[in-house]
Amino acid sequence: MAHAAHPAGGQPGTGGDGATARGPGRQGGPTARGRQGGTTAPGPKSNPTTVLEAADIHRALTRIAHEILERTRGAEQVVLLGIPTRGVPLAARLAARIAQVEDRPVPYGSLDITMYRDDLRLRPARGLGPTNVPAEGIDGKTVVLVDDVLYSGRTVRAALDALNDLGRPLAVQLAVLVDRGHRELPIRADYVGKNLPTSQQEVVRVLLTETDGEDGVLLEPVGGIPRPRRGGVTGRKR
Amino acid sequence: MNRHLISAADLSKQDTLLVLDTAEELAQVADRPIKKLPTLRGRTVVNLFFEDSTRTRISFEAAAKRLSADVINFAVKGSSVAKGESLKDTALTLEAMGADAVVVRHSASGAPHRLAGWVRGSVINAGDGAHEHPTQALLDAFTIRRRFGRGSGEALDGLRVTIVGDVLHSRVARSNVWLLHQLGADVALVAPPTLLPIAIDDWPCSVSYDLDAALPKSDVVMMLRIQQERMNAAYFPSVREYSRRYGLDNARLRQLPDGAIVMHPGPMNRGVEIAADVADSPRSTIVEQVANGVSVRMAVLYLLLGGLEAQ
Repeated sequence: MAHAAHPAGGQPGTGGDGATARGPGRQGGPTARGRQGGTTAPGPKSNPTTVLEAADIHRALTRIAHEILERTRGAEQVVLLGIPTRGVPLAARLAARIAQVEDRPVPYGSLDITMYRDDLRLRPARGLGPTNVPAEGIDGKTVVLVDDVLYSGRTVRAALDALNDLGRPLAVQLAVLVDRGHRELPIRADYVGKNLPTSQQEVVRVLLTETDGEDGVLLEPVGGIPRPRRGGVTGRKR
Repeated sequence: MNRHLISAADLSKQDTLLVLDTAEELAQVADRPIKKLPTLRGRTVVNLFFEDSTRTRISFEAAAKRLSADVINFAVKGSSVAKGESLKDTALTLEAMGADAVVVRHSASGAPHRLAGWVRGSVINAGDGAHEHPTQALLDAFTIRRRFGRGSGEALDGLRVTIVGDVLHSRVARSNVWLLHQLGADVALVAPPTLLPIAIDDWPCSVSYDLDAALPKSDVVMMLRIQQERMNAAYFPSVREYSRRYGLDNARLRQLPDGAIVMHPGPMNRGVEIAADVADSPRSTIVEQVANGVSVRMAVLYLLLGGLEAQ
């Protein structure tokens, strides 16, 4: 790709622009790539661009919570399962918001997909994240998978396999904070916080208070700033 | 992690905690309707047992199968080893069959180490002579950590572990001393002088001969089996005398502090090193140890075989 090295949001001030994007995101890879070509101003390479601020994340999650309620007619049979690391706090936040609106608790938990990945043999074996399925199980429920970034779709495929071994949900839906395009599998999200056109060379980094001390979504060119901690670069998660 | 697991000393503290934390997550698989993960699909694990074993072999087999690996059980009886085939030729046969991991138990100390030089796959020591039994030490550490309510990432700092009995012939004791010491536990050995190895002063543990003095200062008591099959001399006057001085009976159980646990790697000689009542008491973790063994061995197999092949 010719424009690969250009950060998409290089211009100052474009940071929070799309944060108010509304409506269910249905965007796939081709669109993302198409829009990549329109990016012109190359910013300083080492500077990450803030694409979502804390308040934007807050609003996006509130909207997703309402969309889940709408789509599932009150979320009565809904179980929220976050994919470690950052999907887990997101699931908890969504559950809290739904509980606030409906005035009753919504079961949520976490689902580690490491053992189901298709790239296990490409890297040294890594530690596992927590899997906590709510006591009521997932049989006959509508499971909403929650993750921070939707990229290739391979994580979600692994999550579907993992769910298969845990029970038989009535339906499975997907909520993500950021959809950055470049899908490699026929997978799309039902609820999207923000559609973020990116190049594959860029890295999308999601920061959450629970795991990183602050909220924010950053877009940075590869080789931008060093990884702050293990698992910190979400863009590499494929 | 190293490619092979031959000695508990192969594991750094970080590696050990990674195994224990992974096992903690994998333990959940046992409670699921489908007790299987696809992780090691297409990989072959060979159980090569030159010595009798029930729990270790079954435990490794269950662990490998829960990870979807193909398991080949190689029992020496009925194999060409009975016809005089050497360890090396057996290893080359396994190599030709494409074993990704060889779980080996052998009566000779160092056999797994030799084997590791002959095969391309990972070698996991399931007990070699009186040398080491690292997965037993891992599962003991895992059991202790769970019983004392410590979670992922936590070590065993401050816990006092007393290992009692036939230390001389015990590979379990050797592996446990290294591993538990590394995890921060204070390890003490209690045994008759005849059943302690010569270079015991170099081990990172204290040594004494009096069980009654050691019990009130123990959070964990690990009883070792008297290994009659390895004894080629008289190490104590009679089994009865040994049992009276070093056996854990009900009276001695009462000397333990509240919350202390009793462990045994199995197989037990009830009435010799441990009284039947003690083995069946709520403080005993013996059955738990077996269940935890599967989770820990799943973790070891996953960490050695699950990722990119280590160089």
